Amino acid sequence: MDTYYHPPDLHKFADMGKGNKELWDKFMNYYSAVFADGALTEREKALIALGVAHAVQCPYCIDAYTQACLEKGSNVEEMTEAVHVSCAIRGGASLVHGVQMRNVTEKLSM
Amino acid sequence: MGLSLLARHNPLAATDHQRQVLAGTLACPPFDERLGQIDLRPLRATGITVFQMNVGKLCNQTCRHCHVDAGPDREERMTRETAELCLRLLEQTQIPTVDITGGAPELNPNFRWIVEEAKRLGRHVMDRCNLSVLLLPSQTGLTEFLARHQVEVVASLPYFSSTQTDAQRGEGVYDKSIQALTLLNASGYGREGSGLVLNLVHNPVGAFLPAKQPAVEAQFRKELLRRHGITFNRLYTITNMPISRFLEFLLNSGNYEGYMQRLANAFNPAAAAGVMCRYTLSIGWDGTLYDCDFNQMLDLPIGDPQLRHVRHLTPARLTALHGRAIVTGNHCYGCTAGAGSSCGGSVTSS
Repeated sequence: MDTYYHPPDLHKFADMGKGNKELWDKFMNYYSAVFADGALTEREKALIALGVAHAVQCPYCIDAYTQACLEKGSNVEEMTEAVHVSCAIRGGASLVHGVQMRNVTEKLSM
Repeated sequence: MGLSLLARHNPLAATDHQRQVLAGTLACPPFDERLGQIDLRPLRATGITVFQMNVGKLCNQTCRHCHVDAGPDREERMTRETAELCLRLLEQTQIPTVDITGGAPELNPNFRWIVEEAKRLGRHVMDRCNLSVLLLPSQTGLTEFLARHQVEVVASLPYFSSTQTDAQRGEGVYDKSIQALTLLNASGYGREGSGLVLNLVHNPVGAFLPAKQPAVEAQFRKELLRRHGITFNRLYTITNMPISRFLEFLLNSGNYEGYMQRLANAFNPAAAAGVMCRYTLSIGWDGTLYDCDFNQMLDLPIGDPQLRHVRHLTPARLTALHGRAIVTGNHCYGCTAGAGSSCGGSVTSS
């Protein structure tokens, strides 16, 4: 194995059901329900998933949800904006922790 | 503007080469095997309600996904004599719809005559239009002609922005398409109450499946109105077929096996049961008969060698074709994936 990530492994995702079918089925039922059209459209949900995929930096999810976004009718401009949203939240999450840094500094400093 | 596979001497210009590639697909089981699993083998026609005439391969565009390998360099076109054979046959049938396609069918010098004759016979006529053809100086008055004869215009527009549209159809095509749609709207096409039907066709711009038809239609309706004030009746989503120039793209981009796997994984038995070859007779520019336009482009004529040309057909023989076994192959996965795909868009509502 030359790398932990292999694109064909994405298609083996269902193999996770072999260890515990009941939990897998529960997960998949939930997963399908989450991504069905609801108050948000399937297209909007796929864009959110793409953003989250970048936040958690999962190459499988990025692959799957790039294709899903295209197949739900999104274009690359919309998908890029979704990635920027993810980036902004991640960056913002780091930056907002600067408040902690400032609190500690303030406490320790004269 | 690009050239056709034929003009570039690309090996894929030979249909036997395309068929070899398709037959050698590793990513999916043979299509016929898949049909067998759902008791649809052999796939049989259920009648003929669409008389589809492909009047030639000449086109003023060279789209990258074209399943016809059409282009300005192609010279094949249906002669008046062959068109007359088609229309005399049509006259003796009750087939309600004449679907005229190409290439750019309007560039066939007999196009307007075919439309007039088919309308004289009381048939519904559809023109599969690339839009930009309406702006050519040689086609002056075409929009008015189509309107006068109440021809349904089925117009290709892959996306509501220039980036995607031009990537598939050529530089500047989006702007021309918008001009043409504006002209059509001005003639009443796609406007409420006019009776003039303007339907759009959306193909994905790449190696992926189309979105659900109602969702894409709503998106196009909103965006075309907001950006350009354009209205239309319906939008059809059509899956790109892994043949001809789209096959070239798939092979060159390393997407072929992945795309075939995607199509096969999305195989939908309901879509397979409703594919348009089951109710269509497709006639090539030279009068050869096919089950569909895609088989036509792979040189796969209908199964009965005695009934392979329009000149062989009488109304009685045409009836014999109603339950014919349809010639299928791995390319057929393109019509059976997801909600299915046909010249009239999705086959199913799911």
